[in-house]
Amino acid sequence: MTAVDEVIRLEGVRKEFGSFVAVHHADLGIQRGEFFSLLGPSGCGKTTLLRMIAGFEKPSDGRVLLDGADQADVPPYKRHVNTVFQQYALFPHMSVFENVAFGLRSTRVASADIKRRVDEMLEIVHLGGYSKRRPAQLSGGQQQRVALARALVNLPSALLLDEPLAALDLKLRQAMQIELKRLQREVGITFVFVTHDQEEALTMSDRVAVMSNGRIEQIATPGEVYQRPATVFVAGFIGSANLLPGTLVERRAGTCVVDLQSGGRVTGADVDAPLGSDVTIMLRPEQLTPLGHAPTSGHGLEGVITDVIFQGAATRVLFDLADGTEIAVSVEASDGLDPLRPGDPMWVSWEPGTAHVLSGRPTHAGSTTTDTDAVQASLDGLG
Amino acid sequence: MATEGKVGEVTPRRRSTPWLLAAPALIWLVVFFVIPMVLLGRESLRSGGIGNYGDVFTGYTAVFRRTFWYALLATVLCVLLGYPLAYYIAMRARRARNVLLALVVLPFFTTYLIRTISWVILLSENGPVPKVLRSLDLLGQSSSIIGTTPAVVGALAYNFLPFMVLPIYVSLEKIDPKLLEAGPDLYASGWRTFRKVTLPLSLPGLFAGSLLTFIPAAGDFVNSTFVGGTSTTMIGNVVAENFDSPGLRPEMSAISFVLMAVILVGVLVYARLLGTEELG
Repeated sequence: MTAVDEVIRLEGVRKEFGSFVAVHHADLGIQRGEFFSLLGPSGCGKTTLLRMIAGFEKPSDGRVLLDGADQADVPPYKRHVNTVFQQYALFPHMSVFENVAFGLRSTRVASADIKRRVDEMLEIVHLGGYSKRRPAQLSGGQQQRVALARALVNLPSALLLDEPLAALDLKLRQAMQIELKRLQREVGITFVFVTHDQEEALTMSDRVAVMSNGRIEQIATPGEVYQRPATVFVAGFIGSANLLPGTLVERRAGTCVVDLQSGGRVTGADVDAPLGSDVTIMLRPEQLTPLGHAPTSGHGLEGVITDVIFQGAATRVLFDLADGTEIAVSVEASDGLDPLRPGDPMWVSWEPGTAHVLSGRPTHAGSTTTDTDAVQASLDGLG
Repeated sequence: MATEGKVGEVTPRRRSTPWLLAAPALIWLVVFFVIPMVLLGRESLRSGGIGNYGDVFTGYTAVFRRTFWYALLATVLCVLLGYPLAYYIAMRARRARNVLLALVVLPFFTTYLIRTISWVILLSENGPVPKVLRSLDLLGQSSSIIGTTPAVVGALAYNFLPFMVLPIYVSLEKIDPKLLEAGPDLYASGWRTFRKVTLPLSLPGLFAGSLLTFIPAAGDFVNSTFVGGTSTTMIGNVVAENFDSPGLRPEMSAISFVLMAVILVGVLVYARLLGTEELG
């Protein structure tokens, strides 16, 4: 991609608030027409990054480029980007029509054009008959769509969305995810979407930047961040993963052998790390095959079932390795195994080449990201 | 059936609760507001009847006009001084906010009378203000400030400024900061954001502040008494001076009612103009 195709480019962007470093060093290019997400737990710097693109915050260091032009001295009102704010920030004293027309009036678009473009945009977001209402007379989902229309009607170079779905309930949120994606395809505008909700980011985005503690950990497609996370943090944050720390001991034909801290020796996909270094093997619950006996390949893990959780299409089985490390396995209903009971011994196995191995070790004690962690992360994100 | 009975017992009690809560204030208002108003109304119709009101319009038109003119000038002055101050405190002053608010309220720690009399010292013939103005050639050597319209209007504005600042501050402080970012985000300059977002959303405060300034200023006699002169007589002075003489009391009562009626009409017109919904 040449620089011309990039709507937004961040070069070595850093942001400090007093002694607190919100963003350490961000390099990032967002392409025209892309649905790009900034994903991370609360306090990771994703909103600060977005606010620097919009111009509400000045970078302490580095450059922000929009359409190839340095924005250092460009105030927010001269930047050709528009924001959908978290709580929408609709003007309470104006009708829906006036809210949507606000940007066009600021740029002195002819009033006949304003009428046509606002009406058109309200049709696109399914709010055709609502132009005379006040924001307070609308539901949360409708306000959300007014906020979208108000930003999109200006046909910005990029639309910046700051956790726009966080205030909606689950059903509406899922409907709006589909709606947003449709809207983005229809108008063909670049979307930069900030969220702490990994599911949201994975379903909607063309590419995702996963952030943690003011740093970009990985920029990749949703499939890639899920299957080949670049860091242990990404592996733990995206989806649920069993993360087993160990030491890299051997390398053979595209695979590598890891001595696990919890005991035992396993094989995974090769990793770019020197022999003898700390690594972590990532096993997704759904890539593990449960067995009632030791695997014939001689390669797997043995433990005791501690919990069996029915989840509809799949059943989640938790089992403990000898040293107490908890492993989660997702068992499909059609697997036809004998009923699994807590206390029973169990083995799991996997295709050695598919187990992703990461350089480094988890920083926190627990190596497993369970669903409760994910829920906790979403709750934290709301704060 | 049993539940029906219960509901029947609970409901009337609930309905009476608001009345019980309002009762002390209602009784207070009836005794100390409604009854005096009725007495004053009767007084205004004594010896001369409705003709007393006619006398008000023939005899005091000039004083009425001056009174509302002063009150209006003081209110405008308070807006001009108070809005920027309230804006600064609400939007810009971060740590100093509480200190500044305390300073706005500080004059109330001393009495209204003393504050006004201190202006007499400031403005008197050889006081500091005329001296400075004369040395700058802004005031003629033989001219004075005390006893003039600017003195009375200035003192009124000074005394009622906090009543303007505080409501405006409250309405500005309530504005969601995101709205002030949404303006620039939608290509509006700082000035346009102020005109289209900040100002309209602070109108309720501006409205309340104007009423709290204009109404007491229109009924005031203290400022005119101390820093004014014979040419600055306000309607309050007329009432205060003459209410005690029994012969003039009906006329003074009529003046009071006219004052009240004019203010009421003025407020309603003003509310309509500002489009504030609080007063319909």
